Amino acid sequence: MDVEIVDGSLSSGSPDGDIQTKWDRHRFEMKLVNPANKRKYTVIVVGTGLAGGAAAATLAELGYNVLNFCIQDTPRRAHSVAAQGGINAAKNYPNDGDSVWRLFYDTVKGGDFRAREDNVYRLAQCSVNIIDQCVAQGVPFAREYGGQLANRSFGGAQVSRTFYARGQTGQQLLLGAYGSLMRQVDAGRVKMFTRREMLDLVVVDGHAKGIICRNLATGKLERYAADAVCLATGGYSTAYFLSTNAVNSNATAAWRCHKRGAYFANPCFMQIHPTCIPLSGPSQSKLTLMSESLRNDGRIWVPKKQGDTRPPSQIPEDERDYFLERRYPSFGNLVPRDVASRAAKLACDEGYGVGATGLAVYLDFSEAIERLGRDNVKQKYGNLFDMYEEITAESPYETPMRIYPAPHYTMGGLWVDYNLQSTIPGLHVLGEANFSDHGANRLGASALMQGLADGYFVIPYTLGNYLADTKPGFDDTNDPAFDEAETNVRGTIDRLLAARGKKTPREFHWELGRLLWDQCGMSREQEGLRQTAEKIRELRDEFWQNVHVAGSGEELNQHLEYAGRVADYFELGELIAVDAYNRNESCGCHLRLDHQTEEGEAVRDDENYSHVAAWEYTGDLSKPRLHREKLEFNNVHLAVRNYK
Amino acid sequence: MTDAKKTRSYKLRIWRQPDAASTGRLVDYEVADVDPDSSFLEMLDHLNETLVKKGEEPVAFESDCREGICGACGVCIDGRPHGPVTHLTTCGLRMREFGDGVTITVEPFRANAFPVVKDLIVDRSSFDRVIERGGYVSVNAGSAPDANALPISTDMAEDAMDSAACIGCGACVASCPNASASLFVGAKIRQMKILPQGDVERTRRALAMVEQMDAEGFGDCSNHGECEAACPKAISIENIATLRREYLRAAFRS
Ligand SMILES: Cc1cc2nc3c(=O)[nH]c(=O)nc-3n(C[C@H](O)[C@H](O)[C@H](O)COP(=O)(O)OP(=O)(O)OC[C@H]3O[C@@H](n4cnc5c(N)ncnc54)[C@H](O)[C@@H]3O)c2cc1C
Ligand code: FES
Repeated sequence: MDVEIVDGSLSSGSPDGDIQTKWDRHRFEMKLVNPANKRKYTVIVVGTGLAGGAAAATLAELGYNVLNFCIQDTPRRAHSVAAQGGINAAKNYPNDGDSVWRLFYDTVKGGDFRAREDNVYRLAQCSVNIIDQCVAQGVPFAREYGGQLANRSFGGAQVSRTFYARGQTGQQLLLGAYGSLMRQVDAGRVKMFTRREMLDLVVVDGHAKGIICRNLATGKLERYAADAVCLATGGYSTAYFLSTNAVNSNATAAWRCHKRGAYFANPCFMQIHPTCIPLSGPSQSKLTLMSESLRNDGRIWVPKKQGDTRPPSQIPEDERDYFLERRYPSFGNLVPRDVASRAAKLACDEGYGVGATGLAVYLDFSEAIERLGRDNVKQKYGNLFDMYEEITAESPYETPMRIYPAPHYTMGGLWVDYNLQSTIPGLHVLGEANFSDHGANRLGASALMQGLADGYFVIPYTLGNYLADTKPGFDDTNDPAFDEAETNVRGTIDRLLAARGKKTPREFHWELGRLLWDQCGMSREQEGLRQTAEKIRELRDEFWQNVHVAGSGEELNQHLEYAGRVADYFELGELIAVDAYNRNESCGCHLRLDHQTEEGEAVRDDENYSHVAAWEYTGDLSKPRLHREKLEFNNVHLAVRNYK
Repeated sequence: MTDAKKTRSYKLRIWRQPDAASTGRLVDYEVADVDPDSSFLEMLDHLNETLVKKGEEPVAFESDCREGICGACGVCIDGRPHGPVTHLTTCGLRMREFGDGVTITVEPFRANAFPVVKDLIVDRSSFDRVIERGGYVSVNAGSAPDANALPISTDMAEDAMDSAACIGCGACVASCPNASASLFVGAKIRQMKILPQGDVERTRRALAMVEQMDAEGFGDCSNHGECEAACPKAISIENIATLRREYLRAAFRS
């Protein structure tokens, strides 16, 4: 799996100088579109999650015409709605030592020094405005008795900077953005297209100028033209089959942009979240996250004896191993996600796991219930406890939860510069779909922050800078580039329908998911990765020969939609394995067994791997070209992450 | 996985309708090997896999988060929106609630304002159009004051949150003999009424949202109270009382 490597081809384009004033300077230096001209520009925004919804609403507020697309029947159901725990901001309301600088530092360190400093600093700066904006929209955040906003702490941080609305923070933030979006629909500045799946990007003379969508209600292919395209289509954890993501989350839009020339950065940076409800059976369609906030009061343990089958209540205190508290005394149960997930996996691999499969550890609230009282625990976590009980028929008030890690979030995504522009001019990428801010591991409550920062406060400025140099009013959907893209999409659909094989897309997806989970999950090993890439290639060939897709293309056909997404997971899956194979170090979520300390901690190789791995599609899926963007650390000292 | 978990079989009667223009009908199916810990939607996934394998067309139904928060799922199970367990979405419902061998009837949410798209999928875009008319605070990005400049009591925040918890699934409409959207609209009106941020637009909001609600063909509320019982988020019918008061107040002032 030797790959061609190119250095020096990518630049973030962020301005020089002092990091604290960079964004201000950049905002001043960027070009502006004259207010009277804004309405002459049309912008396509794909996605209505926090990133896309916020961007579409804000661009419309500025006066642009916006065409906004989503897969669901309404923008309010985008996957962001499912975020539970909260959103970070460096408000320092609790006066516990937080600052923009500390949030910046924590995020760079939490990402194991594989994120771009400038982007992260800007994110921390914008965080402050996000909370103001959301409160003004009427987001009912939790409050202290004095009427001030409440905060809690979250994994990987030692200050309380997480704002929350019960266990429904994502829902409330999304409904805030959705409200702003609907206001712009009413004003006629946003045209909303629901039940649409973007299946290709249209590039005219090197610039992103449109998209091809399938109307999911009718099956018709549709063309949309614009002066620029913003992609906010979320992450690709669903490639692993079982993940905490919504079942319609997918990689398709991002992947098809990749095949049009957008580089894909760090595809192997996949976050495996430590606290999910374990797999119960083969019919399961997804895994359910139990919010990280539970680790504030819950204690994680396994029996000290291997294969101990006694019920937890009968295991005395001195026969329990609180392994996070033991291994990381200063952070304890609040270590970052990658560290917590790995420790749980290790405990289970060594035979200490609990439950019927042995693939679970306990998350125990008995001490918290004693300390805080059942009512207080109920107030803080009641809805999460109820959710757990609905699924497992066990009450966390009575018996410890059983949890296990699951694929959850993708730090990797399309490569973007400081302006959030991809390697295709005019294609900007926002939210989880881009790679920019979280390095090799994301801290809890930082994805909502990033999506909203990108949408409300970054793209409204940086897109203007692009448009200012672009002639407005591109609307030619008869351009040959549209014909070519539509033919391409139709070709894929026809091929899927024509195979008429013996296996369902779900069966293929399940097999692919197992391959990725085993080898591109919590620990990775070079030879295994090589074999996995090969197996994925073989399975992909079989997929195209032997898949069976029901129905036709000219109607609402969920089976066909799904098959198309699985086809893309197969291509992306190979790149995930190739990326992991080529990163000969451990960092954050990417633990290579050949690069770890004796205690199983990640060993980075800053000399050779302090870079973003951005992959170019060359026309041959198995021969991607690697562009390395060197990461400079001028403000944060590169150190071994230590949570002990 | 519990050891040798006993699986179950069911007889299903499912509404099949190719598209909005066609007439639909109930079709009988049998499904076996169902894990009682699986969800209702996973049971339908399982049925669909077997249908596809037999060369038949799978049943179309909607879902996304599969954890009770996006509001995408929602079918009538034995005549009840979201099925037999109160305050639970269809995706949260587990097959252990259904005894081995029973017959289960599955139909779409029924309402004039929710036309069937295909099989179990209905068009709920009428909800979006109601929100469009005023279910928000008109504030542009970038113009907000410091978030703590406006203290809000915990009681107020909690009360607002109770209303804001609505997931827009439409079970309230489907359960109402008049197919009224009063609970859905009332929940948004109440959230905005409780919070000081919503005050400026209070009159306009109530008038515009109610006007749109009527235009969409939702029925009137005659206090049956079925909506509260069917609501997966247990949104109280107190929200409907608030809606009435707010509308009367607004009509009086305008
Ligand atoms: C269970 C869960 C809990 C979480 N909790 C937290 C938390 O507490 N705090 C936190 O910070 N983060 C949390 N996260 C992560 C966070 O929710 C996501 O990273 C974030 O919401 C992603 O937002 P987004 O706008 O980028 O994309 P999404 O919200 O995923 O939106 C994607 C949008 O793109 C559309 N789309 C996708 N593909 C296409 C296509 N081909 N054509 C047209 N439209 C398309 C979809 O319809 C949707 O509108 C959680 C994630 C999960 C899974
Ligand atoms: S699928 Fe989201 S609420 Fe049921």
